[in-house]
This record gives sequence, C-alpha cells and structure tokens, in this order.
Amino acid sequence: MKASEQAKSGKPVVRGKPLGRRLRDNWQLYALLLIPVVLTLVYKYIPMYGIQIAFRDFKASRGYAGSEWVGLYWFKRFFSAPNCLRMIKNTVLLSLYTLLWTFPIPIILSLIINQLRFGKFKRVVQTVLYAPHFISIMVICGMIRIFLSPSGGLINLLMGSSIDFLTEASAFRTIYIASAVWQDAGWGCIIYLATLANVDPGLYEAAKVDGASIFQRIRNIDIPELLPMAILNLIMAAGGLMNVGFEKVWLLQTDLNKAASDVIAVYVYQQGIESAKYSYSTAVGLFNTVVNIVLLLIVNKIASKASDVEFV
Amino acid sequence: MASTAKKKASGMSDKTSDIILVAICVVVLLIVAYPLYYVLIASFSDPYQVYAGKTFLLPSGFTLDGYKAVFAEKSIVSAFFNSVKYTVIGTVFSVVMLYITAYPLAQKGLPGRKFLSIFFLFTMYFGGGLVPTYLVVKQTGLVGSMWALFLPGGVGVGNMIIVRNYFQNSIPRDLLEASSIDGCSKLRTFLSVVIPLSMPILAVMVVFSMVAYWNDWFTALIYLGGKGSPLPLVMRNILIKSSASASQAATISGGYAELNKLTELLKFCSMIVAALPMLIIYPFVQKHFEKGFMAGAVKG
Repeated sequence: MKASEQAKSGKPVVRGKPLGRRLRDNWQLYALLLIPVVLTLVYKYIPMYGIQIAFRDFKASRGYAGSEWVGLYWFKRFFSAPNCLRMIKNTVLLSLYTLLWTFPIPIILSLIINQLRFGKFKRVVQTVLYAPHFISIMVICGMIRIFLSPSGGLINLLMGSSIDFLTEASAFRTIYIASAVWQDAGWGCIIYLATLANVDPGLYEAAKVDGASIFQRIRNIDIPELLPMAILNLIMAAGGLMNVGFEKVWLLQTDLNKAASDVIAVYVYQQGIESAKYSYSTAVGLFNTVVNIVLLLIVNKIASKASDVEFV
Repeated sequence: MASTAKKKASGMSDKTSDIILVAICVVVLLIVAYPLYYVLIASFSDPYQVYAGKTFLLPSGFTLDGYKAVFAEKSIVSAFFNSVKYTVIGTVFSVVMLYITAYPLAQKGLPGRKFLSIFFLFTMYFGGGLVPTYLVVKQTGLVGSMWALFLPGGVGVGNMIIVRNYFQNSIPRDLLEASSIDGCSKLRTFLSVVIPLSMPILAVMVVFSMVAYWNDWFTALIYLGGKGSPLPLVMRNILIKSSASASQAATISGGYAELNKLTELLKFCSMIVAALPMLIIYPFVQKHFEKGFMAGAVKG
C-alpha cells in the first residue's frame, strides 16, 4: 500500500531509490541514447583525439599515436608561411566587420517590426525577411556574381559602370558583408521578436496613458527587454570570431581579390583536403580553434562583469 | 478630460511614427525581395535583354527555353533527385536523432543526465576540425557513401537543446504523470504522449533539417568524391566555374552566341529550381518559429 503510494507521488521518491534500481528503471532511456552517444563518440570525440597529428608527422600506415612526434614544427611552418600574417589579418578583419554589421541590424529591425500595428503587414514583412535565410550559399554566390557582373550586372547597370567587383580586393569585404546582412538580418530578428512578444501589453498601455511617444516606449521598454539576449548573442558571435563562412569566401575568391579573401579556413581546406597535408592542415585549424576559445573566454568574462549574464 | 487630450496627442504622434515605421519596412522589404524577384523574371527573359538593362519589372523577350534546358540537362535532373533523396533520408535521420537524444535528457530524474548533457554540449564549442574528422569518416569507410552526409553530423546539438527545453517547458506535467500512473513505460509515454504533443517544434525541426540538407554542398564535395552530387554542387559548375570564362566568351561572337545565351539563362533558371522548394515550404511553419524558439530558449 505504502509503496504504491510512494511510486505515484513521483520525484522525491525516485531520488530515494537506490542507484541500481534507478538505472534499471530508466533502461529504455539509456537505450534511446545509445546510437546518438556512439555517433558522437566516433565522429566528434575520436577526431578530437586525432588532433594530436598536429604535433606529429602523420602517416596513415602508422596511425595517430605511432606517427613521429615533431612538436611545434607545423605551427612554426605556418607562422613562417609567406601569407600567414595576411591570412590572420583577413580572417580577423572579415569577421570583425561582419559582426559590426550583423549584430546591431537585427536588433534595430526587430524594434521596428515589433511596433508595426497592422498584423497582416507585419506578417508579410517577417515572411519576406526570413526568405533569404532558406537559400543555399551556392545560389547566393551565383546571385552575387550575376548582380556584380561587369557586363550587364544590375549593380553596374544602376551605376552606369562596368567594374568587375570580384577582381577588386578592396570590394571583397563589402560584398561579403552586404550579402550576409541581406541573407540573415531578417532571420536574426526571430529571437528578438520572440523576446519582445513576451513584454506585458499593460506596460505599453501605461506608457501610452503617460503620453510616452513610440520612441520613448522603444527606449524605455523594448531595449531593456532585449539587452540580455543581445549580450548573449554577442558572446556567441565573439566565440566564432575566427570562424568565417568558409563556403562563401571560397566561392567568391578569385586570384585577383586574394589580398582580402585569403582566410585561414580556406587555407585549411586547400592544404588538408586538396593537397592532403593532414598534419599541417590540422595544426593551422587547431591554431584557429584555440584563438576562438580564448576570445570566447575573454568576452564571457567581460560580459559577466558588465551584467549578470554568464554564458559559458 | 486631460487624459483623453493626452491620448489624442500621443495618437497623433503615433500616426506619424506609424507612417515612418511602415515606410522603413517597405524600403527594407524591397531591398530583400527585389533581388529574388529579379532572378525570377530574368529566368523567363532573353538574357541579352537582361544584361542590356531592359528587365526591371517584368520579363522581357519572354521565353521558357531556360527551363526546357534545365529539365533536358541530365546532370541537373539527376542532381535534383539526388538532393531530394538526401533531403528525405537526412531529415528523417536527423529528426529521429534529435528526438531520441532530447527526450532522455529532458528527464530530470535520469541518473547521469548532467554528464550526458555536457558530453553533447561540449561538441558545440570544441571539435576535431576538418582533417581529423575527414580521417575518421574515411576510416569508418563512409567516403563515397551518402551516409557520410548524415552520420558525422549525428546529433545537431543546438537544435537538440531547443527540443529538450520544449519537452521540459511545453508538455504539461499532469499528462506525463497521468500516463505514468496508468502504467505507461517511459518509452510508451514518449511515443504516445510526448511526440503527439510536440508537433509545433517537430514541424520546425523538420523544416530546419530539410533546408540544411537541401542546401548543403560542402559535405558532399568533401565526402562523395564526385559521385551522386547534389543540386548545389552541380550548380557550382554552371554558376561559379563558367563565369570565370564568361567574360571571354562574351567577346566571341557568332555561333557561340546562342550557346552563350543558353548558358546565362541556365544560371537564372537553375537558381530558381534550387531555391524555390524551400521558399515554398517555410511559410507553412513560420508561425511556429517564434513560439518554438521561445519555448526552447528558456531553460526548464
């Protein structure tokens, strides 16, 4: 009698059971997790173990641990590569400038969209703004090439010029960032709009009665509401600062714009997959990852001091 | 009296600000929508007229030649069906993985839950990188097989957390308790209570997975070794590689002109064929995006 009552009343009793019993009770849940855990071990954790080839002269026949230890040889080689500084600089600048635009624009957009009072128009705006997010980078780059074509591309038609933008290193970052804003600024609004939808409507009413203008309402109600989410996004973005979108850079790269489009991610791909220099490519990739993690920790520290948001 | 006067005054200023806000939104709408619209009308137009700047609002020199060429081009048609195959299989696989991972991790009483959560979460912040992952895929014999597109991605951790939080926040606890009182096992509860009640987030996750697989080409480039290429990868030859020689081809006149025209038309039409399926699908689940994100973003 007592036991069955206990079983019905849930949690506190579950805790009271011995561990072996709890493990047995949950065997179905562990069974569900089996495949995901195995896949994650094999395809996420074994590659982490494989990172050691960055410090070895990897030969497939000798395996990870059997290949000769060379210490920091590959890292030294990377730092003395002729384009090393240019690649680091391009990577950092490209992401930094991208962040500078792609971080604030969704916030501003969602503050505006949130104030729209005609439901249907608001929905149309959201639907259209989300659209580019669902298009493949390949198509986006095809569009970029067509719009920027020196012979009859839309931009040149509008400017009355015939500039081949993709051969100009000075235009590369603008192209990359403008297309990123075009593609994902709308999508970036979702999380902010969802946050703003949670604002108590009574707050707006009260503000209206007090005669607050729309801009005062945005400044005093909406912005404080968005701030924690914005800081969270900023931290996440900072952690990915060295992760430039490889796909787009690679597709837009030409021999003539390399002065700005030569980035670490493309180099890792070329050295690792195209030239099969496994150890060297892994070392360059590892350098990139480590810088990312350091940046993430620094920004997290600053942000957690500046507010009570802590992420990592 | 005074309060109504105030209301009126703020109503007036609201009207002006409404107009400003709507105007800004219309401009933003045009900036986002026009490039897509331009590609659409260009796909029905004579490319020479397009490049001569005669196509702005409506197709000029209306033609269906581009679409005929797209559907006559064997490499595009087979790539299209490859993409359909990868999208269907990949989506089923990914969503099943998300669900069977998220459900156990949503159970607060599960011994080892914290460890398992960290086990998955850690892979979001740190990974082996391109080459070490490639080597494992190669060693497990997946290079050249379509399973290389699905298995290494395994569990999409970001989406998994959204689903897990949705389970914790949006499924009424009473129902879960009722089903366990009725003697349902954890698995039974999952299948007959949790899954049917999670349709909104399921719809969102299905669309996210579909979009990811439909648009992916880089995984295919690395792992498929040129066999069974999906649509975006085949389009690379049309969109990116040919355009390097397009400027040279433009200087060649005569017999090449027709061919050149078709090449250009093929670019517009293949982009529409590649982009349209996903653009048609996402509005159907759009209303769930915000709700799903909100339920998923809050930690339970």
